[in-house]
Amino acid sequence: MRAVEHALGIIIPDNARILRNIINAIQMVHDHVIHFYHLHALDWVDIVSALKADPKKTADLASSISDWPNNASASYFKAVAAKLKAFVDSGQLGIFSNGYWGHPAYKLPPEANLMAVAHYLEALDWQRDFIKAMALIGAKNPHPQTYLVGGMATPVDPNSQNAINAGTIAQLNEYARRAKEFVDKVYIPDLLAVASFYKDWAAIGGGVGNYLSYGEFQKDNNPNTSNVWLPAGFIRGKNLSKIEPVDHKKVTEEVSRAWYKYTGGDSKPLHPWDGETTPNYTGPKTSYKELDTSGNNKYSWTKAIRYDGLPVEVGPLARMVIAYAAGHKEVKDLVGYALNKLGVGPEALFSTLGRTAARGIETKLIADKLPEFIGDLANNIKKGDYRIANTEKWDPATWPAEAKGYGYHEAPRGSLCHWIVIKDKKIANYQMVVPGGINASPRDAKGQLGPDEQALIGTPIAKPDQPIEIIRTIHSFDPCMACGIHLLDAEGKEIVQVKVR
Amino acid sequence: MSEESIYESLLRKGVSRRDFLKFCSTSAMILGLSSSTVPKIAEALEKKERPSVVWLHFSECTGDSESVLRASKPSIAQVILDIVSLEYHETIMAPSGHAAEKSLKDIITKKKGKYIAVYEGAVPTADGGVYCFIGGHKAIDICKEVGSGAMANIAVGNCACFGGIPAANPNPTKCVGIKDILGGTVVNLAGCPMNAENFTAVVVHFVTFGTLPALDKHGRPLFAYGKCIHNNCERRPHFDQGQFVRQWGDMGHRLGWCLYEMGCKGPMAYQNCPTIRWNEGTSWPVQAGHPCIACASPNNWDDAYPFYKRMEGVPGVGWQANADKVGLGIAAATAAAVAAHGIIRAATRGKGPSDKEEGH
Repeated sequence: MRAVEHALGIIIPDNARILRNIINAIQMVHDHVIHFYHLHALDWVDIVSALKADPKKTADLASSISDWPNNASASYFKAVAAKLKAFVDSGQLGIFSNGYWGHPAYKLPPEANLMAVAHYLEALDWQRDFIKAMALIGAKNPHPQTYLVGGMATPVDPNSQNAINAGTIAQLNEYARRAKEFVDKVYIPDLLAVASFYKDWAAIGGGVGNYLSYGEFQKDNNPNTSNVWLPAGFIRGKNLSKIEPVDHKKVTEEVSRAWYKYTGGDSKPLHPWDGETTPNYTGPKTSYKELDTSGNNKYSWTKAIRYDGLPVEVGPLARMVIAYAAGHKEVKDLVGYALNKLGVGPEALFSTLGRTAARGIETKLIADKLPEFIGDLANNIKKGDYRIANTEKWDPATWPAEAKGYGYHEAPRGSLCHWIVIKDKKIANYQMVVPGGINASPRDAKGQLGPDEQALIGTPIAKPDQPIEIIRTIHSFDPCMACGIHLLDAEGKEIVQVKVR
Repeated sequence: MSEESIYESLLRKGVSRRDFLKFCSTSAMILGLSSSTVPKIAEALEKKERPSVVWLHFSECTGDSESVLRASKPSIAQVILDIVSLEYHETIMAPSGHAAEKSLKDIITKKKGKYIAVYEGAVPTADGGVYCFIGGHKAIDICKEVGSGAMANIAVGNCACFGGIPAANPNPTKCVGIKDILGGTVVNLAGCPMNAENFTAVVVHFVTFGTLPALDKHGRPLFAYGKCIHNNCERRPHFDQGQFVRQWGDMGHRLGWCLYEMGCKGPMAYQNCPTIRWNEGTSWPVQAGHPCIACASPNNWDDAYPFYKRMEGVPGVGWQANADKVGLGIAAATAAAVAAHGIIRAATRGKGPSDKEEGH
């Protein structure tokens, strides 16, 4: 959408920009909370240990970190513990079967585990409620249906019951208020409490140390504007003293180790405008235990995505590191608060723990900001501006014979950009370089490891047949994939195969 | 304790009898059953043990898993803790890797013939199915192995039902829906994604009656896909009166007029969006102002495309269309004959409701 708008020089109306900011903010907050509680927490929280918790002591602990109403209630935690015990006793453990419960890498006391389990369940209810804010202005979730090239399809009119009106604004504000309350009183206190038991993870899982963000939350309507609330930037080798400006031309992909072929040679990096996607599968044709990643064998469906020739990490950590280095006031304050609370320095950011903490920090940052975006909408409607889409270029007759564009976006899990080439009114090339792929990039012709791979190097593993430590680091990236990842020790000997869920 | 009934499990977890019956009534409503069936649903849930469910992912985006997290009556926590025993689901299960694979193997071996299999995503078949391996096994092999031992097979979302986006032209990996792999009866909970309330309703139906709900020719349950969106749409009166949205944000759009001229595919789409809506009844595309893209129809990415171009040959466009034209329109829609489409288009051109409306 943004790629097409850029290619054709379409300027969207204010309402469309503001609605996109609101939906994007809702998506970020929602996604991050689910990631923490439902996709990542069980890497740190031992459900079975929670059975040993004393409800009274749990309430003491929980109320010492937050005044969330349930936290002070021993009877609440007693009920959760009873529920959990009944579930375990039923013998039908379902999705909790075969977890690494009792693993020595689990460090939380039973009371902290019980508190986290209670909030796992509360967060399930919370996410279902909060996402209604997106449905209000985007039709439904998942897969909202309102985005148009040139704007948005949800009408705005304070005097109609079929459009965004004062009632909608009031509802949005209420959802935003409840989201902020949950993030402030549940997510952030839980995150800091859990993190305080895992400070050793502030020195594990750092990875490539290069960070990229395209910037997000536009303040003006120009395609790929640099006038954004969360800044764009590139940081090389963890050097917080220098932020390089982002140039989309420095993004390349090559396929020397990926299952594609390039007409000009697999190891020659291509910019996405010149990108090619021709499958060339060379792996096993039938069931296998492990892939042969030795030599120059191809082993991935992900292209080796590089920025200025380097593997680069994207996501909440990259965004927070760049904003922190750029002196972004709110980010500096929040990062400072979290580091201070944990008693660690900024270097702790470059780690598995830093990645997980940065996601929480970003959630609070955006939950705090959401009411302002909703206010932007109210103020714009107040001016009498009901425009939602610019369709001047919807007729292909208005297009040039050839056009190229790209569209930056920061998705919850990281930097996303689409590149388009239009020729003779048709798409001649379309390439999407997505955050899950950037982080999960395979090795390249120079032998550089991708960010996920690099982050696993040196991870201490207590029990090689129960590699929970590896899962912690992979999950900290919020991977968007269900595929096979192959791990190598320093000598290149495969030690374990992990399926990322 | 595996003989414990769903009701007992709910009681044990502090759910009141009142809430339990409320849930039974909601299920009956979504299933389109009369209130007299509520006691039967309650009775069934009181007696049966929680059925095992295995949820597989193939070529997809996990949108249907996200959707099921939004289930409200019952909620996802109730579904996975109380109603069924969700044994395998790659996104939300605690174990990974070999430990996860053990969970799957255990269930399909120990509960052979007694588990429900849910499929999310299409199955690539090109080049022997090498375009999707999970844990070292091909999606096509996993699908066949799990499907052959399931007591019921449910495909969720358009990718699993009909191939969806991965199967859209030119379908480079030759993706197909689950039914094309398994044959036999597959319940297709179509949509992009499927609506979570329809999923839980099917599970409750199965637990209650021991059978799957009646299906249409595309394998979709009639209780959820039995009516055309166009015939059930809250904006239908505007269609009948010739009041159409012409441009995003114009007066008609702001007043909630019909989206037919903006490309709405409601006339070819069958799903219960207009009645149950999305996200606890908050909204649905047409309510929010966006045309329906027929996301629950087979091959909608090709057949409903272009999404923003007006459909040709919809019967009864405008209230002033005479009986002959309406008759022709019905014939055209039924036969989907290109020639008939042309006739209708010619017949309505020049004096359609759109021209009338512009005079206002």
